[in-house]
Amino acid sequence: MVRIVYLMLVLLLSGAAAAEVADVYDFSDRAQEQRYQNLIAELRCPKCQNQNIADSNAPISKDMRDAVYRMMKDGASNEEIVESLVGRFGEFVRYKPELDSRTFLLWATPAIAVFGGFLVVAGVVIRSRRAGPSGPALSTEEKARVDKMLAEQERSS
Amino acid sequence: MKRFLLFLPLLIALVVGVVLFAGIGKDPTKLESALVGKPVPEFSLKDLHNADVVLDQSLFRGQVTLLNVWGTWCPACKDEHDDLMWLAEEKGVNIIGLNYKDNREDALLWLDRLGDPYRKIIYDPRGTLGFDLGVYGAPETFVIDAEGVVRYRHVGVVNKAVWEQTLLPVFNDAQGNG
Repeated sequence: MVRIVYLMLVLLLSGAAAAEVADVYDFSDRAQEQRYQNLIAELRCPKCQNQNIADSNAPISKDMRDAVYRMMKDGASNEEIVESLVGRFGEFVRYKPELDSRTFLLWATPAIAVFGGFLVVAGVVIRSRRAGPSGPALSTEEKARVDKMLAEQERSS
Repeated sequence: MKRFLLFLPLLIALVVGVVLFAGIGKDPTKLESALVGKPVPEFSLKDLHNADVVLDQSLFRGQVTLLNVWGTWCPACKDEHDDLMWLAEEKGVNIIGLNYKDNREDALLWLDRLGDPYRKIIYDPRGTLGFDLGVYGAPETFVIDAEGVVRYRHVGVVNKAVWEQTLLPVFNDAQGNG
């Protein structure tokens, strides 16, 4: 029994260890470590293209994490670090691309979509207002029929 | 106006269709190098054949060069090796090798067995020049003009078709201006 529990513990712990990208870096304080984590979370791995370098096990991601760490130690700002990697690997490594003429449409798309939706809603509302009260009024003949039906119902109840 | 609205879905479908069609056949794993139009980064690394010789970026001055990034750990590099030999021997192309994240003994053994198409080989065991060049997976091949400026980067295997259709036009263009 003890053996089984022990085995399960070992399996459980080894699974956890394998799931994590194993790097050991020293940081002077928590804020620095947080800054590092934020940086590697928003840099994209050029080899395994839909992962950030924090999650990727590719050798190039390891090199990039090393470079980020080294530059942080040398006192570089976040912009300097990202710029230096973009200078080597291209705009591709940014998960948050800069706002420029090429990426303008990308950044503007949410605003354009909201504006388009607003136009459609406004169109629907204006059109329904203009059409006036909905449905044509009842003719006298129909009115007489309704009165008759209501009266019948009252009698029966 | 109403009639125009009826055609709106068709119009949207057409626009989306054209945009998506333009993306067909593009390989998203091939990224354009950020170094195109920029000089080769500064470096100071040893020659693979002779550990006493230190090479630097002046290696790329004077003639148009193909810089081929390879390693013995890279299976695709073996696939392209015969074609690199063909380029060097038959076409007289000036090829410089960057032995990337490899070790000297393995690399020399590989060249003994398969032949050496390189005029010079830069030995970069820690991948520092590779990192500065934005190499993210060997094999990669750069076309560098006589001024030492990167003109083009090809990711993946170089074979006869790639040479003729992709690299040769850039190579000739670099030679024309150099």
